Amino acid sequence: MATDLPGALAGERRLEVVGPLAPLLSGGGLRRGSTVVVVSAGAPGATTLALALVSGTSQRGSWCAVVGVPEIGLVAASQMGLKLERLALVAHPGAQWSTVVATLLDSMDAVVVRPPARLAAADARRLAARARERGSVAVILGAGWPEGADVRLSVHTAAWSGLGTGHGHLQARLVEVVATGRGAATRERRARVWLPGPTGAVAPFDDQAGRPRVEAEERFASSEPGLAWVGRVG
Amino acid sequence: MTAVRVLVAEVADWPVVATGRPPSEPVVVVSANRVIAASPGARAEGIGVGLRRREAQGRCPDVEVVAADPGRDARAWEPVVAAVEAFTPGVEVVRPGVVALATRGPSRYFGGDQALGTRVVAAVDAVAGLGGCRVGVADGRLAAHLAARGTGAHLAAGEADGAGDPVRVVAPRGSRAFLAPWPVATLERPDLADLLERLGLRTLGDLAALPAPAVLARFGPDGALAHRLSRGLDSHPLALRTPPPNLAVETELDPPAERVDTVAFVGKALADELHARLGERGLACTRVAIEASTEHGENLVRRWRHDGALTAAAIAERVRWQLDGWLGSGHTTAGITLLRLVPEEVAPDHGRQLGLWGGSAVCDERVARSLARLQGLLGPEAVVTAVLGGGRDPRSQVRLVPWGDPRQPPRSKDPRPAGAGGQGTRRAETAKGARQTGAGHSGMLPPRASGPDRAPWPGRLPGPAPAAVHPTPIPAEVLDAGGAPLEVTGRGVASGVPVSLSVAGGPWLEISSWAGPWPVEEQWWEQRGRRRARFQLGLAGGMTHLVAREGGRWWVEATYD
Repeated sequence: MATDLPGALAGERRLEVVGPLAPLLSGGGLRRGSTVVVVSAGAPGATTLALALVSGTSQRGSWCAVVGVPEIGLVAASQMGLKLERLALVAHPGAQWSTVVATLLDSMDAVVVRPPARLAAADARRLAARARERGSVAVILGAGWPEGADVRLSVHTAAWSGLGTGHGHLQARLVEVVATGRGAATRERRARVWLPGPTGAVAPFDDQAGRPRVEAEERFASSEPGLAWVGRVG
Repeated sequence: MTAVRVLVAEVADWPVVATGRPPSEPVVVVSANRVIAASPGARAEGIGVGLRRREAQGRCPDVEVVAADPGRDARAWEPVVAAVEAFTPGVEVVRPGVVALATRGPSRYFGGDQALGTRVVAAVDAVAGLGGCRVGVADGRLAAHLAARGTGAHLAAGEADGAGDPVRVVAPRGSRAFLAPWPVATLERPDLADLLERLGLRTLGDLAALPAPAVLARFGPDGALAHRLSRGLDSHPLALRTPPPNLAVETELDPPAERVDTVAFVGKALADELHARLGERGLACTRVAIEASTEHGENLVRRWRHDGALTAAAIAERVRWQLDGWLGSGHTTAGITLLRLVPEEVAPDHGRQLGLWGGSAVCDERVARSLARLQGLLGPEAVVTAVLGGGRDPRSQVRLVPWGDPRQPPRSKDPRPAGAGGQGTRRAETAKGARQTGAGHSGMLPPRASGPDRAPWPGRLPGPAPAAVHPTPIPAEVLDAGGAPLEVTGRGVASGVPVSLSVAGGPWLEISSWAGPWPVEEQWWEQRGRRRARFQLGLAGGMTHLVAREGGRWWVEATYD
């Protein structure tokens, strides 16, 4: 697709990700043919992170699919920047799970999947090989993946801003994402991003211009230690 | 030289008949404030064509005024044309309400003009539902039309067969004599008629008596045409309507088939036949209806749509999926006896040109093929794309469209209507549909225009949307500080402070931050109206839920995952 730089070698072709997430990935993008596992480790936010990962390439004209996630928030996906007209949804693949995922890996650039409760390691290996062969990216949502993955992104801490005790409303969430993996991704990378930011899209944490505006009620925010540093922003 | 012998059938005041009102009621159809058609009931009150609307209402205050709609007239006329086409394939639709056909062949077959005319009247009246069809047969269209419309005053004694007979036949070669007494105004050329009358040429006979070259020299081509018409000749040959080809294909199954593969095999042959028929005409099918009837008389229909053109293989596949669905899910109680494929939308087949270097066409093609394949595997409703529209909560803004169907938003993104009709109700929805009954101490902000939808939907939650919207809300329980279940009054005030939450009977979790209640009342004027009060609850573990109190119970509607 258009996201690949002309003249790039096959092994180096990457799907673009939105700017704030680029530091997490070697080469600043999702390597084609790779498998990415997105999990919540200690803090929620895996669904949003998975949507954010594929939103960059969706904006560049790629097709994406979401399999086995019936509760996916499509308004959130749209706010995140995904193009809904190029987002195919298969909410209930049922017993045909691996056939469905394999078919979609054939044609889509990125497929977000939640593995069924008991996925055989052989099936997982076969799908990873399929992604590698077709040059698509499999984003695995949740911990049910029995195989290793090229990149493993986990949400370590998350804190919402804007919601007080009896006042305010959710505005933005600051999360810390840790990336580990194998090959080029062996070195651990960390990034703090607003996921989602106040508009629903990903916003960089340290960018002065893009810093979310936190309303005055933040001053009344909970004095819980985990949220204290949120109050400093804005 | 004589004109072609023509039969004209006219239903008087067709625009009124097309509205479907009974003829005894006073009804007028109005265009640009003038009456263009009036029912017999209205005519009895003294209302005629050309009257102003206000005048018509003055003469008969009960008169029902209907706006003119040429589309409605044409639609209603179509079955009548089809009925007349049963007599002869070449039928000209002069305008909705009037058809013309050449009588030479059918008259000979049905035993004369009079016999044909009677049959046409019977056929038209049977379809149109009301009496009022009149038929005229003559040489030339003008004479035939006037004969159909004719009033006794202008008719020669021998040609009027009695006032009650709806069929009038002008003898062959008698058109010129028939036309002679009619005023020149019947030519429907007001300017020319005005001039002719001032020159003393009051009837068509006067005009026809003039030499043709002199008429052309004095009145120009328009005058020459009028002269031709007045002599009983035609201005142009009949423009015959080609009946639309019947492209549907069907086959009867005897004995009835109960197995999918048997019917699918027949379906494959049908699809090939349909595709060949379309191919002959250079057409491609974009929507096909698959119809099946069973031995017990059940009729099943499902429409399949495809953005590109449906190929024979694609149609055959869809027939198979559909039969799988019908026979497998107990829609049928007996074997299938009839299978029918109706191409409902066809378009000229332009073929398909792929980009030389791949490009999006190739990619989209690949995507389309794989999604269609999944639809075959899981059923058409299982593979969807989403369209966002207006709405107050994250669920109602989304409409899931099966792949291949047209993507239309669930409701207008702008809740304010453009037209005048129904403005009252829609405005009520905007103003009161989400009336917020005293938000109490909540910090509800005015709705922020976010995303593509900038219309105001008062009551919509601002800020980022939840990443997980539960397909069916999960039942939950919320306790206040005293350990009692938290309630929300009818005025939208919470009975206490939410302290702990249990989702679907799970363990009690501590609530660390919260906001609400935000009451919203949607469509309270209807049965399906909803009253809810929503909260955002942040749990100590970091999980945050959108929770609503509805019908005396708590529900987790969405999760900010």
